[in-house]
Amino acid sequence: MAMRYETPATTKEAATLMAKAKGSAFLLAGGTDLLVRMKSGMIEPDLVVDIKHIAATQSIKKSASGFRIGAAVPAAAMGEHPALKKAWPGVVEAANLIGSDQIQSRCTIVGNLCNASPAADSVPALIAAGAKAAIVGPKGRRTVPVEKIVTGPGTMSLKKGEVIEAITLPKRPPKSGDAFLRFIPRTEMDIAVVSAGVSLTLDNKRVVKKARVALGAVAPTVVLVPAAARAIVGSKLTDDVLEKLAAACSAACSPIDDKRGTVEFRTEVAGVLARRAAKIAYQRAGGG
Amino acid sequence: MSAVLVTTTINGDRTEFVCETDETLLDALRNRLGLTGSKEGCGTGDCGACSVTVDGRLVCSCLVLGVEAEGCEVNTIEGMADGDVLHPLQAKFIEHAALQCGICTPGFLMAAKVLLDKNPNPSEVEIRFALAGNLCRCTGYDKIVRAVKAAAKEVRKR
Repeated sequence: MAMRYETPATTKEAATLMAKAKGSAFLLAGGTDLLVRMKSGMIEPDLVVDIKHIAATQSIKKSASGFRIGAAVPAAAMGEHPALKKAWPGVVEAANLIGSDQIQSRCTIVGNLCNASPAADSVPALIAAGAKAAIVGPKGRRTVPVEKIVTGPGTMSLKKGEVIEAITLPKRPPKSGDAFLRFIPRTEMDIAVVSAGVSLTLDNKRVVKKARVALGAVAPTVVLVPAAARAIVGSKLTDDVLEKLAAACSAACSPIDDKRGTVEFRTEVAGVLARRAAKIAYQRAGGG
Repeated sequence: MSAVLVTTTINGDRTEFVCETDETLLDALRNRLGLTGSKEGCGTGDCGACSVTVDGRLVCSCLVLGVEAEGCEVNTIEGMADGDVLHPLQAKFIEHAALQCGICTPGFLMAAKVLLDKNPNPSEVEIRFALAGNLCRCTGYDKIVRAVKAAAKEVRKR
C-alpha cells in the first residue's frame, strides 16, 4: 500500500484526517524521529499528515499571556528569537541541545514531546517552565500541562485525532529565571543520561517565591518534582537548602540501569544537576 | 501509484521531479535527478553526509521526504562551485588535504558553507560545533578545521 501524504492548511483539518484515518497514521513536522522510524521499518505509515503548511504551527508569537511556539517551529528558530531567549533561556538551551545543526533545522519541541522518550531534552525545561500544550481534536480545543501528555515510554494521553498545535509558555513575572542541564558522556550529540530543568521566581528580597523542578531520563517519563520545589521555596538557595533540593530529586528517581548509567549514578547525578541548574536559574532571576 | 510531482528550486534552477510519497529527498536527488554529490552514510541523521540546505537551513536530506521539498529552495553540493571556479571552501579542502575517501566531504562543505555565510570569522570552537553533525572516519577532523579556517580567511577578503 502506498503511503498517503497530506498537507492540510488548518489544524482542524489535520485533526479530522487523523481521526478518520484507517490503519497507521502519523503527524509529520520536522521528521527527525518519524523518518528514522519509517526507514528502520519500525513503522509503516498508511497516512502521514504534514503540519508544516498550517499557519498556526509556523511561528513564535509573544503576547500579553506569554509565548506561543507553533508545533512546526524548528528548534533553531527558537535560538534565533531574542525575546524568547531572554524570557526563557533554559527552555531555549534545552531545545538547542537536541542533535546537530542539521537536526536543529528540522526538529521541534512538540515532536520532542510526542516522541515520548523519558530522555527528551526539551521536556524537563518545558515542564519546569509550566508550559502547556494547545491541542486541537475532533471535539474541539483543550489545553493540557506538558507533564500530562506523556504517560510512559512511547505512550501519550492524546486521543485519536488530537493534534498539538503549539506549546505555550506563561507570562514571565519580574525576577524570574530558568535553566536546563544535561549529563551526557561527551560534549555534543548524545542522549541524556540525566537532565534537570529548574524555573524560579524571586521576591524583592531575593527569596524564592515560586519554583518548579523537573528531571529527565531518571523515570519512565520526565517527572515534575514538587518536593524539590518545596525544598527551595522561601529560601535564598543556601547550601543546606540545595542539599535538600538534591535529596528530593534523588528520591524522585526510578531510573533504568544500563551501559549509559547505573541506577546509583543517575540517582546521584539528578541531585547534582538540579542543584547546579537551580543556582543558574537563581542567578538569572537576579538572585546573584 | 503514489508518485507525486514535486516542484522545487534546486541550486537556483526551477526543477520538477516525480517521487514516491515515502521517498527521501536524498533518494530523489540522487536517483531521480542524478545529483549524486550528496551521500547516504547512516541514513538516520547522525553522519551528515547527505547535508543540503532547504530554504536556507542545513538539513540531513535523508530525514526529509522528497514531497516535503514542494515549493522549497534546495541547495546541494553541485551548486557550490561557480562554474569551473571552486568555492574557497572546496579549494582549501584540496589544499589542506581535508579529505581522504571523500564520502563525507560534500556534507562537510555544505555545513561549513552555512557556517561561513552566517559567521565569516568563526573560532575553532565554533567551527567544531558547527561541524558536529558531520562524521569523518578518515581525517581525524584536524585538517578539515584548518581548511575551514583558511577558507574563512579567503571569504573575508572578498
